[in-house]
Amino acid sequence: MHIPDGFINASTSLGAGAVAAGGLGVSLRRTAQTLEDKQAPLAGLVAAYIFAVQMLNFPVAAGTSGHLLGAVLAAVLVGPWAGVICVAVVLLVQGLLFADGGLTALGLNITNMALIGTAAGYLMVVLLLRVLPRTNTGLAVTAFVAALVGVLAASMGFVAEFALGGAVDLGNSISILAGTMAGTHLFIGIGEGLITAVTVLAVARTRPDLVYALRKLPAKTPAKLVVPAGGVT
Amino acid sequence: MKRCDVNRCHVKKKTGWFIVGGLLVALLLAGFVSNFASADPDGLDSAALEGCTVDDGGNITGGTCIAQGGKDHELLDSPLADYGLRGIDNAFLSTGLSGVLGVLLTFGIGGGIFWLARRGKHAAPSADENADVAENVEPSVHAESR
Repeated sequence: MHIPDGFINASTSLGAGAVAAGGLGVSLRRTAQTLEDKQAPLAGLVAAYIFAVQMLNFPVAAGTSGHLLGAVLAAVLVGPWAGVICVAVVLLVQGLLFADGGLTALGLNITNMALIGTAAGYLMVVLLLRVLPRTNTGLAVTAFVAALVGVLAASMGFVAEFALGGAVDLGNSISILAGTMAGTHLFIGIGEGLITAVTVLAVARTRPDLVYALRKLPAKTPAKLVVPAGGVT
Repeated sequence: MKRCDVNRCHVKKKTGWFIVGGLLVALLLAGFVSNFASADPDGLDSAALEGCTVDDGGNITGGTCIAQGGKDHELLDSPLADYGLRGIDNAFLSTGLSGVLGVLLTFGIGGGIFWLARRGKHAAPSADENADVAENVEPSVHAESR
């Protein structure tokens, strides 16, 4: 979902750059305040893993592919603030070294994939972990749905940016663009959801203590679900 | 290891192995599996081409679409541009090596940023008299900031 140079005009790109810089600044400060010691190398690993999986484009329709964005994956594993930094680092490496994602579009891409993807996706994580049971299935469903929502929200970020400052005049077909983007990114989101669920489950089964969302979002009503003295667990 | 509880500990050996294992998975994905990835345009690029006709080489031949505004990347002659390592003719090797380098660079840069951020946290309580021992008695410093 990397926007190249030239799709969006300079003023909108600049505006998104300011949004991205502000979001990264807040995220860095919150990360410095809340990051736990053992999470630091893990967060680096999450960024590296996202870089790797972003290379793995999977086909979603005739002539169209998609790849993981990783915002929800990172947010579940290391928290939303460090997660934003993880995705932004990946986008920086890709833009500065791999010629992937325009340099003038870096603010747009960070806004969409790191900020919007994390905000929308992590909101879903918080909501779903409150209502779903604290089981592997509950965690997998949470990861899947949140990742799907995160991708759709990020894709709508591009639609909004194009509506604000698209460089090519498409007439009044913003709604058509929105429909196309939502349609393909629904399928990309399913792929994102599957990869996110599988990865989160793999970590949760080997090292549940490393999953930020499980530590920081305690089950809302544990007393109702767990019989205190019972052996039914 | 027994002196570390879940939240208050430096990287334990176990976590170290977890990181190594995770990196190996990432290296395998970027260094090998990446060669089997789809080369089709992604969702955004494909939406950007809607309204245009495109020839076999991916060049726009007519119509009106977002992609017509697209410009070449400023760093298209970067040695790693488009996920290939310049100078390596074998496409499989070129993609794989660029992926391996990308994973290591991202881990290094990302890990470095998080390490610096964590250092910032450690620096915060250094205003008090415990500053001198902070480096050696890290668990107590962490306990304060929690």
